Amino acid sequence: MIPPPSKISAITDGMVFNIQKFSVHDGPGIRTTVFLKGCPLRCVWCHNPESWQPEPEMTVMEARCIQCGTCRDACPEHLFYRDDLSDFTRCYRCGQCVEACPTGARQMAGRSMTVNQVVDQVMKDRIFYDDSGGGVTISGGEPLFQPEFLADLLTALKKRGIHTAVDTSGFCPQDDLVAIARLTDLFLFDIKLMDEEKHRRMTGVSNRPIIENLQELGRIHSHIWIRIPVIPGINDDDDNIQSTACLAASIPGVRQINLLPYHPLGVSKFRRFNRPVLPSDIPGLPEERLKQRVALVAKTGIPTRSGG
Amino acid sequence: MNERTDRLRRASLNAAPSISPERAILVTEFYQSHSGQYSVPVMRAKCFDHLCAHKTIFIGPEELIVGERGPFPKAVPTYPELTCHSIDDLEILNSRPKISYRVDSSCIESYRKTVIPYWQNRSLRDRLFQELPKEWHDAYEAGIYTEFMEQRAPGHTVLDDKIYRKGMLDFKADIAASIAGLDFTSDPAAYARREALKAMDVSCDAVIRFAARHAELAEELAKGEGSETRKAELLKIAHVCRHVPAHAPRDFHEALQYYWFCHLAVITELNGWDAFNPGHLDQHMLPFYQKGVADGALTPESARELMEAFFIKFNNHPSPPKVGVTAAESGTYTDFANINIAGLLPDGSDGSNDISHMLLDIVEDMHLLQPSTNVQVSRKTPDEVLKHALRVIRKGYGFPSLFNADSVVEEQIRQGKTLEDARAGGCSGCVEVGAFGKEAYILTGYFNLVKILELTLHNGMDPKTGNRLGIETGTVERFHSFDALFEAFKTQLNHFVHIKIRGNQIIEQIYAASMPAPFLSVLIDDCIKTGKDYNAGGARYNNTFIQAVGIGSLTDCFSGIRHLVFEKNEVSLVDLVGILDSNFEGHEALRQKMLNKVPRYGNDLDAADGIMVKIFQAAFDAIDGRPNSKGGQYRLEMLPTTSHVYFGSVIGAMPDGRLAGVPLSEGISPVQGADRNGPTAVIKSAGKMDQVKTGGALLNLKFTPALVAGEDGITYLFHLVRSYFKLDGHHIQFNVVSADLLKKARAYPDQYRDMIVRVAGYSDYFCDLTPALQNEIIARTEHQSF
Repeated sequence: MIPPPSKISAITDGMVFNIQKFSVHDGPGIRTTVFLKGCPLRCVWCHNPESWQPEPEMTVMEARCIQCGTCRDACPEHLFYRDDLSDFTRCYRCGQCVEACPTGARQMAGRSMTVNQVVDQVMKDRIFYDDSGGGVTISGGEPLFQPEFLADLLTALKKRGIHTAVDTSGFCPQDDLVAIARLTDLFLFDIKLMDEEKHRRMTGVSNRPIIENLQELGRIHSHIWIRIPVIPGINDDDDNIQSTACLAASIPGVRQINLLPYHPLGVSKFRRFNRPVLPSDIPGLPEERLKQRVALVAKTGIPTRSGG
Repeated sequence: MNERTDRLRRASLNAAPSISPERAILVTEFYQSHSGQYSVPVMRAKCFDHLCAHKTIFIGPEELIVGERGPFPKAVPTYPELTCHSIDDLEILNSRPKISYRVDSSCIESYRKTVIPYWQNRSLRDRLFQELPKEWHDAYEAGIYTEFMEQRAPGHTVLDDKIYRKGMLDFKADIAASIAGLDFTSDPAAYARREALKAMDVSCDAVIRFAARHAELAEELAKGEGSETRKAELLKIAHVCRHVPAHAPRDFHEALQYYWFCHLAVITELNGWDAFNPGHLDQHMLPFYQKGVADGALTPESARELMEAFFIKFNNHPSPPKVGVTAAESGTYTDFANINIAGLLPDGSDGSNDISHMLLDIVEDMHLLQPSTNVQVSRKTPDEVLKHALRVIRKGYGFPSLFNADSVVEEQIRQGKTLEDARAGGCSGCVEVGAFGKEAYILTGYFNLVKILELTLHNGMDPKTGNRLGIETGTVERFHSFDALFEAFKTQLNHFVHIKIRGNQIIEQIYAASMPAPFLSVLIDDCIKTGKDYNAGGARYNNTFIQAVGIGSLTDCFSGIRHLVFEKNEVSLVDLVGILDSNFEGHEALRQKMLNKVPRYGNDLDAADGIMVKIFQAAFDAIDGRPNSKGGQYRLEMLPTTSHVYFGSVIGAMPDGRLAGVPLSEGISPVQGADRNGPTAVIKSAGKMDQVKTGGALLNLKFTPALVAGEDGITYLFHLVRSYFKLDGHHIQFNVVSADLLKKARAYPDQYRDMIVRVAGYSDYFCDLTPALQNEIIARTEHQSF
């Protein structure tokens, strides 16, 4: 029997689920976004469900599967042939099927990487950062879910003169956030819902620590972009948008507000995971409605944009 | 575009391409009655003069810039002295569904009665094929290379600023001085030089006569013209045609008309590749524009109207169609005249100006098939010029393409040109580099890199035919290492490059001896000074190119072999060759591994890109610096045009997972669908090739319109271009794809694996998305928002 992978060592290794180059909506310029795995929130509209669990997870891209059965032959438990898609409980995540799969339909979401490994990857695009005023954005999941790794990575990038941004839900111990703030050039700080009860219902956690963290961050950091995912029927009402804008306006370091229109992508990704399909009934956000939301927020006088 | 221009534009778009036998008949008559009377160059010049004196002159309603190669717009002449169409050829051209040319029965009659009987076995093509050795023919027929000069003359050249300073009478004075300076007592080539110079002199007079006939027709039309406005225009046209090309132009209108006469003369004299090309049009026109605006003779609007009229002239001239088996292929109407915008001045300063923007506006407004346009982007080019170009590119018409002006200079310096000549140079045709007005840079044929590996894997035998074409480099059992295989590949590569170059030398010398181009020689330095023809080494610089095709495919093939055979031991080389010969029958999983699990070019992975660099170096070593027969050297170019489709059709399955017959990768772009790490990774991979050592390299990237929408989209493209050019990239072109293409991607995902779409808060590969999301994105793209 193959044992499950060992726990990551907190200081040198991080659990990364994607490194996205030519990322142009996560801060200024052309960037690379490093997605760290593990998130304390469970937003019903989440686009990145593979980011939730802190451990690697098996994913299947149905569109790529040619039903050759190689994965089943490679699996010690003979799992994971297409017919057994639902049977994840006996998977040890040994990765043998991923190695064997000829088409890349089977992939492991999340792999343990050292800071140097990540740095090597992201430094490949340095010429684009230099030319465009871009850099590296660390997102998730929740990047502050791996605070030591995040700190080491930011330190290593800073040493190389790379502009860094941290894209956070703000849901983290305040001490960690304060420590990270010293190492980060720009925060992309998500505010999802102002109503605490609704926030709890839609994301699984209270927004109180998030708001307190934002206020503290505003005192110690001067480059914050507020990001509001605009989810039809959930947080796109005038009240919520206005009070979010009000909060943003009260924070001294806020330079920009971005409204991120919802698109029903999560449905696609959830299928790769074999999770139950979550709210597929959330419609896309009409262009006109988005424009109105942007106009509402722009009243704060803070530069407001739709999209990243 | 004003209403008149719009009417002229529509007339050009609506005109149906046809074949005109007029030139063929005039040339045949001339040869029938004068053959043997003159030296070869003078014969050619007299023949050209005969054409200028007798061809039908055309001035269309409302035209401002005048002159057509044929008797009317889009009537394409033929060049039977080079290559003689058969009746079958003409009938195929007339009937094929795509890229057809109308051929009427009188044309066919003339060919049957007059043209074919004279030129059969006399045309240069007939003679040329007889002179080439069997090994050349065998490799040619197997699809190892193509041949450029069998149907069209060496062209690929571009004009500099000389015609804006000198008229034909000035060139005649230069020619007379050169003749006067000949030393018959000590120069054994003095007679040959005098004949070449005499021919140039005759051709100058011929072009003056050609222009005068336009003046006469304009005056005649003016007599019968009811509208006073048009009458005045016709008289102005007559006035212009009496002044240029005999004298240097005095204003914007004369300058454009002068170039156009030169263009027509070059493409009437012979059917040289890439037609002809004004080069740095914005730089050349600026003084005339400034002077005209200053003295009130010109307004920005009237200048633009003339420039648009000039553009329409290019569109009236489809490429001359080919003969033989290729007549059944569709080809293209484009004749590759490629106007350069921006770039550098000879003193090294920024060459962009108001006309650069005017030209970009015209490209965007008129979106004609011809002329092609490109922007030469240097470090010094203002951001706004590049951004303007990108806004035009984003429209998805494919124009303009973008070149790295600083690399273009560096490439030429490496070839030994002076700094000033290099800066005054630029790009023409597709991506090739030359010193404008001073160079014969001749493309000689595409070279199938991937076929060489196929032959290597079969010990020199072509598995398609069973013929032994290459040398015996060993059976695959003997290749115990990747390096041993690569060495065998290099041996085969050198063998076939040698065969190709031997053939080229013969062809070049046949052209030098029997098909000089006296008028083109007047325009290209230093033919007058040296008394040598353009086709005989008279140009100041003479580079000959071989265009290597399929480096992306070949890299992935070698990477597949190294990874699966020599590193993972998943299959032996012997078994692999058997699997390839059976087109992966029963081995789909192995093929999928090649497609998905092997490091592939275009992903910024050194494991694959390192192989690309090795292949590039091998091709460079095999070609670069070898002497041609004109005193110049061979150079490597990385350009496929459309040959990657043909070359793919002659190759069986290969270890990059490509099935038999499928097209190869194009230019230096990755294999279609192999690049899966986004555009920055492609740029990084391509940037590892030392492109300064080439005479041009072509990179294509594909984007959805949504990804480049808005000012942000322009900014991203802008930085991609600037970064690629910092890496010494030579050329980049963006395809901004439509919903239609996305639908094709949905239907044929394997061909579109590299297509990235912006989804929501992240980007993903279109083909990896669920059908429902694909549909949603297809719908969204049509609205141009995300």
